[in-house]
Order: sequence, then structure tokens, then C-alpha cells
Amino acid sequence: MDGFPILSAMMLVPMAGAIACLVSSARTARQIALVATLIDFALGMLLWNQYQPGGAQWQFTENAAIFDGFSWKLGIDGIALMLIALTTFLMPICIGASWKSVEKRVGEYMAAFLMMEVLIIGVFTAQDLFLFYIFFEAGLIPMYLIIGVWGGANRIYASYKFFLYTLLGSVLMLIAMMWMANVAGTTDIPTLMEYNFAPQAQTWLWLAFFASFAVKVPMWPVHTWLPDAHVQAPTAGSVLLAGVLLKMGGYGFIRFSLPMFPEASAQFAWLIFVLSMVAVVYTSLVALVQTDMKKLIAYSSVAHMAIVTVGLFAFNRQGLEGSMIVMLSHGFVSGALFLCVGIIYDRLHTREISRYGGLSINMPRYAIFFMLFTMASVGLPGTSGFVGEVLSLAGIYQVSSWVAFVSGTGVILGAAYMLYLYRRVAFGDQKNADAAAMPDLDLRELAMVAALAVPVMWMGIYPESFLAPMRADISTLEARVARAKPVGDGQFKAGQSNNQTHESHEGSH
Amino acid sequence: MDWGHVLRLIASEELLSIAGLALLLVAAWAGDKASRAISIAAVAALVGAAVIVAPHLCDGASASSVFYGQMRVDAFAAYAKLLIYGSAIAALMVAPVFFERVKEMRAEYPVLVLFAALGMGIMVSATDLMTLYIGLEMNSLAAYVLAAFLRNDERSAEAGLKYFVLGALASGILLFGMSLTYGFAGSTGFEGIRSALSGEISLGMVVAITFVLAGLAFKISAVPFHMWTPDVYEGAPTPVTLFFASAPKVAAMALTMRVTLDAFGTQVHVWQQIVIFASLASIIVGALGAIGQTNIKRLLAYSSINNVGFILIGLAAATPQGAAAMLTYLAIYVAMTVAGFVAVLMLKDENGEPVELIADLAGLSRHRKVLSACIAMTMFSLAGIPPLFGFWGKFVVFQSAVQAGLVPLAAIGIAASVIGAFYYLKVVKVLYFDEPANKVTGKSDWAHQALLALATLFISPLGYLLTKALGALSATAAAALFHAA
Repeated sequence: MDGFPILSAMMLVPMAGAIACLVSSARTARQIALVATLIDFALGMLLWNQYQPGGAQWQFTENAAIFDGFSWKLGIDGIALMLIALTTFLMPICIGASWKSVEKRVGEYMAAFLMMEVLIIGVFTAQDLFLFYIFFEAGLIPMYLIIGVWGGANRIYASYKFFLYTLLGSVLMLIAMMWMANVAGTTDIPTLMEYNFAPQAQTWLWLAFFASFAVKVPMWPVHTWLPDAHVQAPTAGSVLLAGVLLKMGGYGFIRFSLPMFPEASAQFAWLIFVLSMVAVVYTSLVALVQTDMKKLIAYSSVAHMAIVTVGLFAFNRQGLEGSMIVMLSHGFVSGALFLCVGIIYDRLHTREISRYGGLSINMPRYAIFFMLFTMASVGLPGTSGFVGEVLSLAGIYQVSSWVAFVSGTGVILGAAYMLYLYRRVAFGDQKNADAAAMPDLDLRELAMVAALAVPVMWMGIYPESFLAPMRADISTLEARVARAKPVGDGQFKAGQSNNQTHESHEGSH
Repeated sequence: MDWGHVLRLIASEELLSIAGLALLLVAAWAGDKASRAISIAAVAALVGAAVIVAPHLCDGASASSVFYGQMRVDAFAAYAKLLIYGSAIAALMVAPVFFERVKEMRAEYPVLVLFAALGMGIMVSATDLMTLYIGLEMNSLAAYVLAAFLRNDERSAEAGLKYFVLGALASGILLFGMSLTYGFAGSTGFEGIRSALSGEISLGMVVAITFVLAGLAFKISAVPFHMWTPDVYEGAPTPVTLFFASAPKVAAMALTMRVTLDAFGTQVHVWQQIVIFASLASIIVGALGAIGQTNIKRLLAYSSINNVGFILIGLAAATPQGAAAMLTYLAIYVAMTVAGFVAVLMLKDENGEPVELIADLAGLSRHRKVLSACIAMTMFSLAGIPPLFGFWGKFVVFQSAVQAGLVPLAAIGIAASVIGAFYYLKVVKVLYFDEPANKVTGKSDWAHQALLALATLFISPLGYLLTKALGALSATAAAALFHAA
């Protein structure tokens, strides 16, 4: 593998595919897009295979100083590797999900998705501050077009909201980046991750980055673009948005906010906790009353991403690992759930929950997979959701039992809205004749949901495969933020029994 | 002083003067039939002038003053001149097709463009208030006529008149400021002014600086002296609008840089507040004003006001980096302007009538894929969304402001740029999201297509490969401006 610029190649393949799609007929464009994303998936797996856990922190590095003021510098650590694997895995599924449902302007549609893949991989691999920003921002253009051209009835409003919200969030980050590059004298992300900015300055820098990442994640109260964008986007757009784009926010926190501004992160940890707690409870309750399936899952995404942010700012290994697993798990599960919604939407062209019912009778295979993903979203042991949530909550419990308690209600509320959704869609009487007449999954759909079921189960049963590559990097990060670690309210000491822990917990409040 | 040497230094101006006068005679003798040939000759003259000028830019050290400090031939002037000549060539290339359709292609057009380019060349090399004014007026007089070039079109005549009246007012303000400056500094030469202004200055001198800047703000159409821009841009024939939006902007901006950073270079704190105000006001007013526009030329006019605001952020920094950033931005701005207006010229209905209403562009992406993609790229680039090259322009000016310690200015400016993104997005929305109106069906000329392709290629992500070259050239040019510091 030495010397072969595999990361650049992973961006070049979809880029070439995108250009080819633009000049191809609908049929050819679909095939080109599928082939390009599958090649990228193969490269992604090769990358995982070649990655050496415990080796150098930054692997597969490339550096070409071809620009003025910044350089084409790529490289990944375990955290980025996992997110790239997630991206390359979801992309062929996105293409598959749009195989039949997208009929107009197919070439441009496929090109937009392939460009999206280029930019997402760019975000996760960039090792230069400004290169990262360019990829981070550029993703807005294809996503704006995907929502606006191929979206639902209210797509124009949603596309504007998506674009302007995320743009406003990001521009302040750019100014902060310029300030950092000016003070530290470098734009190299690994160097900056070890640079100690003055705590005073960190406060402002952290807030600027927070403005960008909080919108991307999205955190309450700047989450309102997400339900709109999800509902209006085509199925594959939702899969991509929930599966990967939201992870850019979490990745931003883990790559920039925590290691570059540890003091400020500790200072604002409570801001994160409060916003996340509100998000968990509030958006879960909102999800409970939705009548639109996509909106329900969109709100559930906000609640799940709040568990991610809580875990990240726990400043300990469990929290960080848990957050990463929740992000990966959410990528697969929410992607799968949007796909499940898309499958029945393609048949009945409505997302109203009440228009369905009793699908387990006429679509048994669909019902099984939908059940699996519902359970994974709820966090049933044996699925990926469980591992991540338990780790995150265990992490935050060391900092604050109250935050852990409130965030924990998200699991219960999650069970409530997801099971309620499942009951209304899959169980009960077949009260709508047209819904009752829908055929079960065809081979293409089966392949997609089965493919998604594999990592969901795998991560639930043997999470070590996913944790191992990230272990060293999370240790580094934990050591880096240790100096600013907030004091937990639990005050655990080694050797205490559960009972004593409980008492000290009581005593502190 | 060795006159042979001096005449060699200003060879580009001589070439343009002689070419202009000769072509004027040809125009008088041969009449309008020869207008295409005259255009080609004018383009050749401009290319020749650019070739003469280019070595001054590559060799940053070879700066020299000519005519006893009246003008300065340096890398800075060369950089600005190259942009000016390039814009003028573009304005000449797109004109024949446009004017011939309405049987208004007259031989004076290329001659006027040549004289305007000559005037602008003098503007950017001027290091004396007298030369400055001669260059400015030479450009302006040609520009007034150009704005009213479609004699029978009411909008064009109105544009010419408006431009003339308000331009005369601005020249008056500028002259007033210049006379005050002369009174307080005792010199019209920039070097003399500079040395007279070291240390504390009197209130009268502050007033003088303010008036000079107000006059210049009119020429670069910075808020609050921007009111003429939308009307003139809309009314003037589109090739002329392309010219107005690019070359005179570059010239006036370069002139402003020369005046503020050289003549008033020791009094940064006096004019910095004015520039900061004009910059933020231009960004915000330009963005808000554009939102309600229905005519694409008016929209681009507000967009140019908005862009001037961003360029002025580099001036507010008052550093060589800031000046270099402005020059980089200007180069990208010229490319975006050319792309934008050439695209507008290509929007024609089946009878060849120009289509200017944004609503008529609905769904253009269905049947004119390449043209729509070019317009969309221009819009995203003007909005400063990476990976398009327009982002780089904004990036360098904001970076210079941050380096100069003006973080709040940069933060407010960049936050206000989001407002601007809204109306650029609106154009993309109309092109891509709306149901086709099928208004734009006319064929376009190869010259337009070639120019559009070239300009779009420059503002595409491939432009980033030029950042090193562009950065080096603008740094050389900016360094020449700070020769006295």
C-alpha cells in the first residue's frame, strides 16, 4: 500500500463517476453511480483492512502543497476510518434506494450524490484546517440541489432553510480558523490538536466552532432545519443526511472542539449537557405525536445525536467510545429506517402513518427487517444501538448522575415512540385496502435492508471490531482533555460497593 | 530625465492613445460598416498594451516615477491594467452580436472603450491629484457616452443621463476634497501629501480626506454613494454593463488604494473608520437590496455593491496583505462579473430579444444544461461558497482582516454574507427547481460561449490551482504600493 494515494483515489473515483453521469442517459447513469460507489466501498474496506490499529496515529497520509495558504493534506486516524467506512457503505445503498423512485434528471441526481460522497470523504480525511472547511461547506451545494430538485412538495422552503442555517453556522467557524492559523502559524490539524491556545481565546474559538457543529449535529434549539429537510428530501437524501451528514457535526466536536480547546470544552460542558437533555426529552416527546413517519424518525435523530453530544463531553473513555458507536449505529439504523419508510412510500406515495396498518400480514419480510431496525433504534441488547447508548450513558454517569438520568429517559421515550410507530404501521387491522394490497420486498429492496442488518447485528454482538481501530485515538484524546476534566458529582472511589455509591450520590444533592 | 526611457515606460498608454485616435479616423472614414474590423483592431491594441505591461508585473522591483512624480509605473499599476485591459477585451468581444441585432453597432463603440481603458490606465498609475483627475474624467466621459449608446432606447438614455449627472456631482465632491487637500498639504503629489501629513492633522484635513473618499466611493459604488448603480446597470446596454461592472471598478478601486495607502498612508486611523463603515454598509445594503429584485441585471448590480463591500474589508486592514487580498479578489471578481454578464447576454428568447426577468429563467436547467450550470456556478461563486473560486476572494480578504486584528469586522462581514447567499440561491432555485417557462430558446454566439467557458473555468474549483501564482502576483503588486512605507 505504500505510496499509493488511496484517500485521493477514493475521492477521484466518485468524482469521475459524477462527471460521467452528467453526460449519460438515465440507465447508464444509474449503473455508473452504482459501480463507482461499490468501487469506493471496496476501497473503503481495503482501507480498513490495511489500517494498523495501534500504529502511527495518522495513516495513509498525503501532502501536496499545491495551494496558496493551505495544502492538500490528507490522512486518517481510527475515528475517521470508521466514519469513512460508514460513508462508503451507505452510498451504494443510497444509489440503490433511488434506482426506481427517481425518474427525472437521473444523471444529475446521481452526479449530485457522487459529488456528495467526494466531499464527505474529504471532510473526514482533510488534515488541513482550510481544506476541511472547503469540503465541509461545499457539501451544501449538492445537498441543496438534491433537496430542491428531487424533494417533496415543500422542498424549496426546506432547501433554503437547510442551506442558510448551515451556512450561517459555519461562517463564524471560518473566522475562528483564520485566527487560529494566524496565532499558531500553521493550518495543520494534527499540530493544532496539540497546540495550547490561551484559555481566554479558547472560549471564543469554541463558541465559533460550536455554532457550526451544533447546527450540523443538530442540537436543540437549532435543529429545526432537520425535520424539514428530511421530510422533503428524497429517500436516499434522507439516508445520506441522517446517516453521514449529521456525523460531520459529531466528528467536528471530536476533531476540533475537544482536543483543540479542552479548557473551553470543560467550561461549556454544561451548556452541552443542558441543550442535550432538553433535546432528548423534548424531541422524543415531539416524535411521539408525529403523524408523518419521516418527521418522526427525523426527531428521533435529534434525540439520538443528543446522546452523542452528552457522551462526547463526558471527558472519559466510555463517553467518547460510546458516542462514536452511537454515531456509527445511528448511521446504519436511521439510514435503514428512512429506507424502510421510503420502501412503503414508493408503493403508496404517502408518509402518513394512519394510511398504513397491518403490514406484517401482506409484507412479512418487510415487517421483520423493520422490526429489527426499530429495536436497534430503541437500543435492544444485541443490536448496535444498545452498545453505544450504554457506553455513552455510563460515561456521563461518571460526570453527573442527573444528566445520565435525564438522558436515560431518552431510551424509554425512544422505545415508546418507535414501538408506537411500529404498532401502527405493521400491526393491527389492514384498515386501508390499498396498503393491504402492497407487495412484499423485491430482490433489490431485500438486498439493501439485509445489507444494513449485517452491521447493525454485528456491532451489537461484537462491537470490538469497530472499537479496536479507534481505541488508540480515543486514548490520545482522553489524555489530551484530561487536564480540563470536570469533577464528577458521583465521586466514585475504587473498592466502594454499589450501596455506598448510591449514598454518596444522594448526599451530593 | 531621459525622455526616451520615460516614453518607453508609458508605452502602453501611448499605444492605446495612438490606436484610439487612428481608429477614430478610420471610423470617420469607413463608417459603421467597419465596426467589426475596428473592434478587432481595438482588441489587438489592448492585447498589445497588455503584453507591454506584463513585464512590469513579473519584475516587481522595476518601479519608477515618471513626469516628475505625476505617474508611477510599477507592478501595482501593471496588475490593475491587466485586469482593465482584459475586461475591455471582454466588453469588445461580446458587443457586436448584441448591437448588430438592433442595428446599433457603431464604429464609435470600440473607440470609446479604448479611450476609457486609456483613462483607467492613467488612473491606476497616477501619483498626483492632477493626473488622477485627468484619468478619471477621461474614463468617465467615455463611460457616459457608452451608457447612452442605444440612443433610441429610453432606458439607455436615462442611464446615460443619470450616470452623467451623478458622476459630475461625484467629480465635484472629489475636486473639492482635492483642493482642500492641496490647501492643507501644500502639494498635489502623493509623495508631498504623504510627507505633509505625518503626525497630527487638522480638522480641515480630515474633511478633505472625507470628501476625497466620498468622491471615490461614488466611483466604486460603495454605500452610501451606490444609488446610481442599479439604474445605470439596468439601463445601459448589457455589453456596456459588463464593462462598467468590471474595468472601472478595478480602476477606481486601485485608485482608492493608491490614494488611501500611499497619499494618506500615514493617516490610516482617519480613513479606516470611513472604509469600515462603507464596507459593512455596502455588504448589508447590497445584500438586502438584491433580495427584492426581479431583473437579473439589477440583481447583479446589487451583487457588485455587495462585492465592493468585501473588497473594502481588505482596505480596512491597511496592510500589504490586505492590499494583496484586494487585488486577488478583484481578479476573481472580474472573472465572476464577466461570467455573470456574458450569461445574461446569452439569455435570449426565440426572436433574439434579451431575457432579463429572473422569473423567465424558470426551469432553464432542463433545456440549457451547460448555460444553467455556468450561471449556477457563478451564483455560488459570488455567494462565496467553496469549492468555487469566489470563496477564495472572500477568504483572503477576511484573512487579511483577521491578521490585522480586525476580528469583529471580519465576523460581522462574513455573517452578513449569509444574507447575500439568499438571493444568489434564489437564482439557482429559479433555474433548477421551478417548472420550465421555456422563454429562453434563442441561440448564442460562439464568442459568448468561449468567454463564458473561460470565465467559468477560472471560477470553478480548478481555479484553486492558480492560488499560488495569483497570490505571488498580487503580493508583488501590493508590495509596490507600499514602496514609501
